[in-house]
Amino acid sequence: MSARLTRDNVAKVADLARLNLTEAELERYTEQLGAVLDHAEDVASLDLEGVPPTAHPLPLVNVLRDDVVVEGVDREEVLSQAPSVEDRRFRVPAILGEEP
Amino acid sequence: MTLTHEPIEGEHFVVVSETTGDSWEIVVGLEVHCELATATKLFCGCPNMFGDEPNTNVCPVCLGLPGSLPVLNHNVVELAMRLGRALHCEVEPSVFARKNYFYPDMPKDYQVSQFDQPINVDGWLDLPDGTRVGIERAHIEEDTGKNTHAGGSGRIHGADYSLVDYNRAGVPLVEIVGRPHIRHPEQAKTYIDELRAILLTTGASDAKMEEGSLRVDANVSVRRVGDTALGTRCEVKNLNSLRSLGRAIEYEARRQVDLLETGERIKQETRHWDEGAGRTRAGRSKEEAEDYRYFQEPDLVPLAPSAEWIAAIDAAMPPLPAARRDELASSAGVAVTESSVVIAVQRDLDQLALATIAAGGDGKRVLTHVEHNLSGDGAADLNPATFAQLVGLELGGQLTATQAKTVLAEMVTSGRAPDVIAAELGFEAMDSSELEGIVDGLIAESPEEWADFCTGDDKKRGKLQGFFTGKIMKATKGQADGKAVAALLESRRADRG
Repeated sequence: MSARLTRDNVAKVADLARLNLTEAELERYTEQLGAVLDHAEDVASLDLEGVPPTAHPLPLVNVLRDDVVVEGVDREEVLSQAPSVEDRRFRVPAILGEEP
Repeated sequence: MTLTHEPIEGEHFVVVSETTGDSWEIVVGLEVHCELATATKLFCGCPNMFGDEPNTNVCPVCLGLPGSLPVLNHNVVELAMRLGRALHCEVEPSVFARKNYFYPDMPKDYQVSQFDQPINVDGWLDLPDGTRVGIERAHIEEDTGKNTHAGGSGRIHGADYSLVDYNRAGVPLVEIVGRPHIRHPEQAKTYIDELRAILLTTGASDAKMEEGSLRVDANVSVRRVGDTALGTRCEVKNLNSLRSLGRAIEYEARRQVDLLETGERIKQETRHWDEGAGRTRAGRSKEEAEDYRYFQEPDLVPLAPSAEWIAAIDAAMPPLPAARRDELASSAGVAVTESSVVIAVQRDLDQLALATIAAGGDGKRVLTHVEHNLSGDGAADLNPATFAQLVGLELGGQLTATQAKTVLAEMVTSGRAPDVIAAELGFEAMDSSELEGIVDGLIAESPEEWADFCTGDDKKRGKLQGFFTGKIMKATKGQADGKAVAALLESRRADRG
């Protein structure tokens, strides 16, 4: 198991991701994610002085589109897919936390 | 507690505690979100339009449907760079990042923003009072949808459910992060005024606070005058007007001083301004940046505007408010911080003023008219040559200040020449012997008041000066020059001994 990743780290990340994990899952994911981090550690052991971080696998920059309106999706079609609708809006459960 | 509105001890604006008499300095940094004035959203071709029917400007990209892919809007980059360059920022190669959190107004469950490599960095904005406020960064990000809280109290807490309109989701924003260089609520308002003028000048945004296309959050802290370290700050949100901004900063500073003086600590948190109650309320404690689990947006490639693109933006940059104030002040021969200079530029009348001064109009007099007598429509269409002529008539004594104001108003309406209007209104210069005769007659009519005027204290004399001036203006049908009347009264008083 990775020395870098603790069970508490995983519990915190799971909480931020709104995942409800069991004790057994926490144990298992701590081990699995630790293995991933150990693998990344191998990369960190290389001499990477002067090598810029890779932003994207494709050697592309500035992929842009013109500022021109394109037909969207029909509202009725959109709202018909929603579990709950009211007053032409998506109806969602009460929000407990504040806005970030 | 008293809040001084004038700088004391040089640069400091302070809160003076009533309990201890200690002086505290307010430190404010503003974060401004402005919606860019594009035709379409940041990553899709849906219209960027305020006030449309709910959920009519949506598509798979801005609804966050699986499999949809974002494509960056060229015009967003153009406008963001225009704004950045106007704020004296460096345009840097940048990347987009996902800011992860859960809230129903963000259908993807992450906001695409820029994190560690923003497009614009390290600029500044000069306020009319001469203060230079640093700009840490001005980065691109997407707006969220709009929640309406229904049922319960209608507020977030106690709402039974929320209704979401995604028309605004994906609308392009630039977030301008100012450094904590603001020291007073009024200065914060001025900063927003100035920023708004820059947004309008560059065409980056329509910058309407009332429609939410310009939104302000204030980071407020306090420290004892003389301290150099920053205090713990609170971020105040829900500031929907300049008035709210000023009141909230003042309230928050007083709250923090009260806490610190009673030995408590300031908790770093987000607080919401309640305009009705005139106070801030605690939200939840501020999230750590790491809680957002930022990572590079894999669906977008980096942005690296060419040197040619940046140069083209610089070359096309319209004159900005600060430069316009400088030009006008130096042409008029007044200080750049004069309110008339600031107002002339705010009203877009600086070109008129410059042309009028070039046509021979006295700079100070021209600016006085611009500040006090040209607030209405049509002023910008005034002919500089006739405006200069009017100022000449006034300075030559042919028109009083009051008459000049009347003639100017008529010039704006009819576009006719000032001498023609003055003659029509019967405004003729009164020769001094005629005025003397009238003044002496009125003095003789009111011997008691005259005696009091001559011997009374300053307050009494001021009151009676108004009494005599009023009578003289009435007798001359307003044609007497106020300054000449005052001088004449003073000389008669001196003659009396």
